[in-house]
Amino acid sequence: MRVSLLRPVEAVGGAVLSSVATVGRAGYLAVGAVRALRKGSIWGPHLLAQMAKIGVDSVPIAIFIALFTGVVLALQASYTFTGAVPLYFVGTLVGKTMVLELGPVLTGLALSGRVGANIAAEIGTMRVTEQVDALETLAYDPNAYLVVPRVLAGALMFPIVVLLADAVGVLAGWLTSMYLLDMSSQTFLKGLRLFFQPWDVWFSVIKSVSFGLTVTSVGCFFGFSTSGGAEGVGKSTTRSVVVSSMIILVLDAFWAATLLK
Amino acid sequence: MSIRLIDVHKAFGPKQVLKGFSLEIREGQTLSIIGGSGVGKSVALKHVIRLLEPDQGEIWVDGRNVATLSREELYELRREVGYVFQFAALFDSMTVHDNVGMGLKRIPGWTRGRISERVEECLHLVDLDGYGERFPAELSGGQRKRAGLARAIATAPKYLLYDEPTTGLDPVTSAVINELIMRMRRELEVTGVVITHDMESAFRISDRIAMLHDGRIRFEGTPDQLRETQDPVVRGFIEGRPDLLEVAP
Ligand SMILES: Nc1ncnc2c1ncn2[C@@H]1O[C@H](COP(=O)(O)OP(=O)(O)OP(=O)(O)O)[C@@H](O)[C@H]1O
Ligand SMILES: [Mg+2]
Repeated sequence: MRVSLLRPVEAVGGAVLSSVATVGRAGYLAVGAVRALRKGSIWGPHLLAQMAKIGVDSVPIAIFIALFTGVVLALQASYTFTGAVPLYFVGTLVGKTMVLELGPVLTGLALSGRVGANIAAEIGTMRVTEQVDALETLAYDPNAYLVVPRVLAGALMFPIVVLLADAVGVLAGWLTSMYLLDMSSQTFLKGLRLFFQPWDVWFSVIKSVSFGLTVTSVGCFFGFSTSGGAEGVGKSTTRSVVVSSMIILVLDAFWAATLLK
Repeated sequence: MSIRLIDVHKAFGPKQVLKGFSLEIREGQTLSIIGGSGVGKSVALKHVIRLLEPDQGEIWVDGRNVATLSREELYELRREVGYVFQFAALFDSMTVHDNVGMGLKRIPGWTRGRISERVEECLHLVDLDGYGERFPAELSGGQRKRAGLARAIATAPKYLLYDEPTTGLDPVTSAVINELIMRMRRELEVTGVVITHDMESAFRISDRIAMLHDGRIRFEGTPDQLRETQDPVVRGFIEGRPDLLEVAP
C-alpha cells in the first residue's frame, strides 16, 4: 500500500532530478562549446563543409515547403476576405505571415528533422563506437571539433535558408494571386507594400538564428548523451527532433511577445 | 614517468566495477593486465587518461595528478599517450591515412608531406601497406585493429596503452604486433600497458603481469612469478580451469 502511494511521488522526484541533471549537462556542454570557440585551428577547417551540409543541402526542402505554404496562404486569404475586405490584403497577409511566422517556423521545424536528427545520429554513433573518446586521446577537444562548426554553421546558414524560404513563399503567393485568383500583379504588390517594414525581415533573421542555434546544439547535446548502441542512437535522434521542435515553438512565442510591439 | 593508480573505485549505476584498484607501471616497462571478460580491464585503462573519472581514488601519470589537470594540461598529457582502443574506434568518415595522421596534425611544424611520410611508415609497421586510401568500413576487424594501433603510435608517444591489441588476429599477425610492442619499449623506451587475453603474448612481451579480479588487482609480478604462483584464482585463470576459480575465496 505504502509503495503504491509513494510511487507517483518517486516518479515525479525522479523526473525532476533527471531534468535538473539534463539541464546541468546542457549547461556544461554550452560552457565547453563557448570555451572551444578559441580553438579556431580545430574547428576552422570544418566550418565550410558544415555550412554546405547544414545550409546548402537544406535549400530544396525549404523551397518545397515555402512554395506550397505561399500558395495555400494566398488561397485561404482570398477565401476569408471574400467581399468584406479589399482583395489587395491578400498580398499583405501572404507577406506578413510568410516573413514573420511561417517562413522561419516551418523551415525551423523541417530542419530540426533534417539537420538536428542528422547531427544527433552522427555524434551519437561516434559516441557509442568510442570515436569521441578517440578524439579526446588525440588531444582534439570534441567541443571544438564537433560542436562549434555545427552550431556556428547553423547560426549562419539558417537565416539564409529562411530568407530564401520567405522570398519563395511570397513569390508563390504572388503567382497564385495572379493565375488562380485573377488578381492583378499590382493589386498583390500594393497589399504587400502597404504594411511592409524592413524590421519584419530582421525579425525573421533573429528568429532563424535562434532556431539554427537551437536545432544544432540540441542535436549535439543528444548526440553526446547517447549510450547503448544502435538503439541508443535511435532514441537520441528522436529526442533531439522532439525537443528542438518544442524549443522552436516556445522561442517563437517568446520572440513574438518581446520583439513585436 | 611512471603510471600509478591508487585505490580507484568506479561504479556504473549500482554496478561496482572497480573496488580499490591499485597498480603501478614503472618507467620504461611493459605491464600486461589479464583478467576475465567484463571484470573492468578496459574501464581501468580509460582512467589513466581521464576518459573516465574515478568515484574515489587517484591517478598519477608522469608525476601529475590526472584529476587536478585543467583541460589544456590534460590535452598536453594526452599528447604523450597513445591509446589503442579495443574496437579500434577509427573515425569512419575518414580514410585510414587521415585517421593515422590525425594526432600528427595537432603538432606544430608538421607539414602535409612530413605527416604523409610518417603515416606510411606507421602503416608499414602494422603491415597495412597500401591500405591508406581505404575507409574503415572497407577493412576487416583485424585490419581495423592494426590501423588503430598505427594511429596510436604515430606521434611516438612516451606511454602506450593497448586494449587487446592482438585479440582477433591470426597467430602470425599477432606475432608481428607483439614484436612491434617490444620494439616500442626497446627503441623508444615506451612505458606500456597491455590488456590481453592471450597468455602466450603476455609472457613474451611483459616485464610484469597483473591480474584483475573482482575489482582489484589479485596478482602482480614478473612472468616468472606468475608461472609459480599458488593462488588458485590466478592458476585457474591462466590454465583455463573454472573449477579452481569457483572454490577460491
Ligand atoms: N560506459 C559504461 N556504462 C555502463 N557500464 C559500463 C560502461 N563501461 C563498462 N561498463 C561495465 O563495466 C564492466 C567492465 O567492463 P570492461 O569493458 O572494462 O570489461 P573488460 O574487462 O574490458 O572485458 P573484455 O575483456 O570483455 O573487454 C562491464 O560489466 C560493463 O558492462
Ligand atoms: Mg575490454
